[in-house]
Amino acid sequence: MTTAVSTDARYDCIVIGGGHNGLVCAAYLARSGRSVLVLEAAARVGGAAVTREFAPGYQVSSCAHLLHLMPQAMIKELDLGAHGFKLANAAMPTTALSLGGAPLALGVGDSGDLTGASRADTLAYPAYTARLRRLARALHPIITGVPPRLGTDAWSDRLALLRMGWRIRRLGRADMRELLRIVGMNVYDLLEEHFDTPLLKGALGFDAVLGTNFGPRTPGTVLALLYRLAAHEGSSILAQPLGGLGALSDALATSAIAAGATIRTGAQVRRISLQEDRVQGVVLQSGQAIAAPVVISSCDPKTTFLGLLGSNQLDTGFVRRVSHLRSRGLAAKLHLALDARPTFTGLAAEALAGRLLIAPSLEAIERAYNHAKYGEFSAEPIFEITVPSVSDPTLAPPGKHVLSAIIQYAPYALAAGWDRQQQHFTDLAVDVLERYAPGLRASISCAELLTPLDIERQFRITGGHWHHVDLAFDQFFMVRPVPGAAQYETPVAGLYLCGAGCHPGGGVMGAAGRNAAQQVLKSGAR
Amino acid sequence: MSRAPHFLQPLLATPFHARARALSQLDSFIPWAGYTTVDVFSSVEQEYFAIRNSTTLYDLTPMVKYRIGGPGATGYLNRLVTRDVGKLKPNRVAYCVWCNDAGHLIDDGTIFRLGESEYRLCTAERQIDWLLDSAIGFDVEIAEVTEEIAALALQGPTSCATLKDYGMTGIEALKPFEIGRFAVGANEIMASRTGFTGDLGYELWMQPEQAENVWDGLMAAGSTRGIRAIGSMALNVARIEAGFILPNADFVSAEQTIYTERARSPLELGLEWLVDFKKGHFTGRRALLAEQRRGARRRLVGLDIDGNKPAHNALVYDDRTGKREIGSVSSAVWSPTCKRNIALAMLAAPHFKLGAEVWAEIYLNRELVWERRMVRARVVEKPFYAPERRRVTPPADH
Repeated sequence: MTTAVSTDARYDCIVIGGGHNGLVCAAYLARSGRSVLVLEAAARVGGAAVTREFAPGYQVSSCAHLLHLMPQAMIKELDLGAHGFKLANAAMPTTALSLGGAPLALGVGDSGDLTGASRADTLAYPAYTARLRRLARALHPIITGVPPRLGTDAWSDRLALLRMGWRIRRLGRADMRELLRIVGMNVYDLLEEHFDTPLLKGALGFDAVLGTNFGPRTPGTVLALLYRLAAHEGSSILAQPLGGLGALSDALATSAIAAGATIRTGAQVRRISLQEDRVQGVVLQSGQAIAAPVVISSCDPKTTFLGLLGSNQLDTGFVRRVSHLRSRGLAAKLHLALDARPTFTGLAAEALAGRLLIAPSLEAIERAYNHAKYGEFSAEPIFEITVPSVSDPTLAPPGKHVLSAIIQYAPYALAAGWDRQQQHFTDLAVDVLERYAPGLRASISCAELLTPLDIERQFRITGGHWHHVDLAFDQFFMVRPVPGAAQYETPVAGLYLCGAGCHPGGGVMGAAGRNAAQQVLKSGAR
Repeated sequence: MSRAPHFLQPLLATPFHARARALSQLDSFIPWAGYTTVDVFSSVEQEYFAIRNSTTLYDLTPMVKYRIGGPGATGYLNRLVTRDVGKLKPNRVAYCVWCNDAGHLIDDGTIFRLGESEYRLCTAERQIDWLLDSAIGFDVEIAEVTEEIAALALQGPTSCATLKDYGMTGIEALKPFEIGRFAVGANEIMASRTGFTGDLGYELWMQPEQAENVWDGLMAAGSTRGIRAIGSMALNVARIEAGFILPNADFVSAEQTIYTERARSPLELGLEWLVDFKKGHFTGRRALLAEQRRGARRRLVGLDIDGNKPAHNALVYDDRTGKREIGSVSSAVWSPTCKRNIALAMLAAPHFKLGAEVWAEIYLNRELVWERRMVRARVVEKPFYAPERRRVTPPADH
């Protein structure tokens, strides 16, 4: 249990993993005067928010590719602008593509102007989005703050619960009823109540299942949608950083370093060491031991608890909960190096700078999901497409372009095995794109497909799930990732979590990193 | 002959069943862990006195048995139970308990260290779910072997002499909690000096095919030493005298309680001697440390109760008025050997201190007329009965 750690290095806090949450956490801790060391296994920081060259001269945000959840306040507090963070496109419109019909434009964010839907839907749309925005605003502090605990005597927990209830009550009778009615519902039924245009329903339902293990008919998908809206106070405006998501990570790193943090890359942690049942520090793969009374892990919960700490340091019930976490990714990432600007049929030229969706209807999404349930990839997958080089020419050689797409559903545990199916799925995805953008295939000079298995290997995320663990009711808020570790603290004194596996979850948001730093500071440990 | 479907024959017969059936005068069988076993053969009193005065045979085959092996077995068991298994030498047995994360008792049992990394765990209840969940991250193999091993308890002051006469030469050298291996004719028997009576005694472990032959041999060898087959009711009297706890009598497994406050910790059950906080992490350690810091809220104690009416299920009060309830009796019996009215009771702080006077509310049914008695009781030391012979090696040659 105890290990003698002889060390020359000692810090107040060690952050394992230099993804965006790790960097945010490190920056806040460093700003409080703690000595902070960030240990990143990869050669560069960023984790799943990273820009990589996937073909000579072509760069792309290789895991996350859009920014829409990170709070403005955080960007300001950490002074990211001064550290090199710029947006190439601050307000990206969303367009849903249609085969053989006109695309449907949803405008910028969720309050944009809708064109291309039926007259009735166009009239109903503003009221629908306005209500969801009101609900999301009420949920905002709940979604972004530190979740309270149940069954404690602490007044802060009781107060937080009361505040939560009050915020929901203050919505007024009609909205509160609606919130309680829809929060456990599936997005299919909700959208069926409001709209009739299949393309519109497909586009709105898409955001509820993006990055999840759900189809539109899965209960809890409305929660996933509200979560996405609430994280950003109800206005989810998509943005694209200049230089890709990696540039945001670089700015976070520079901000953390400016605040006094030290960042080491190529430093993979082998294990977290304990003494007398509290954190003593970490031991690197190199064998070097580094001491710190506080270790904050941005790794996924399975990696942290079962890998770095070891189940022998934890209770059986806790290990059981961690090992039962649903953490298998279903989203693949496709990168195409293109010799020419792609032309999607019927798409306005300026819309190519925005986000394009291929999700023709809720039924099409549900059908795509059906395959995943049985360990197969979708025969007709759904896509979130960006062509980031339109707004940011630095990503590709002059006159050329990169296309970045998230494709669902591509289950982590493919029954046939990804080794033999990866090329098949790449071809299938390109076939679908070719139908929407004739001539695209001929302009491809290089294609890279990252399956959840690749994401697991390359980004060190168990299951290749970008939320680390599914965003579902039973893995949400006060019980995320598991009871006993849901407030960023863990059963082991001095060990904290700050990754996407914590509340509020994944997406490039940084709230988990900030909240974890807040908990470390509150506990007074240094 | 093909075995009947399980729904037609829900209880299994142990390998000793034919022998037990032949000796049973009352035909009183009860289910135990999926087997049918004898409650009482002829008379609880006679069977009890055989435990304390001669030698007894008790079929404990239904005891659930697990084989635990592999390079990580010692580390695994150390994380599972509260005791330091690292200190257990090969060919030794240890009584132990295991807890859930909250430090509440799941079950008690015995660990047999059969080799460097080969163990047998005997438990009252089936535990495979918990055992397998506990194995996450350990290089260990776990298999239930209950049906592969027949087991007999031979307990009482003449048990050692009976085994010697049976042909288990050298059994007298076996120390308490030690394991020995013996060959009698074609029968290969593993013997451990363990038991549930608090008396001199052994438990014998063998192949099911050898079971009847061993039974017959023991009955023949013990015929001049008053050997007698006993049922669970007589054993229960002996175990209360010995102060041993019984699942579902003195505690309910934390995996089965519906209300968390009804689960019990080893500290509450007076088993702190089994909890080793210095050995490293084990499941429940953090919760038990917190409980230790907080101080006990309740504790299982021995009661010596006035009169001779067993205080079955009695509520316990702090004074004769019976206004303030402080606990209840979980096991009670008139002890024939001690000639005392004894009980195990869970009492709230501060009433569990040694020597404290409390009052038990006893209900008596006298020809269908119920009488209620408030009877004085004192908190006393356990065990109530602990004869020196249970520890002496070699045992006296009766």
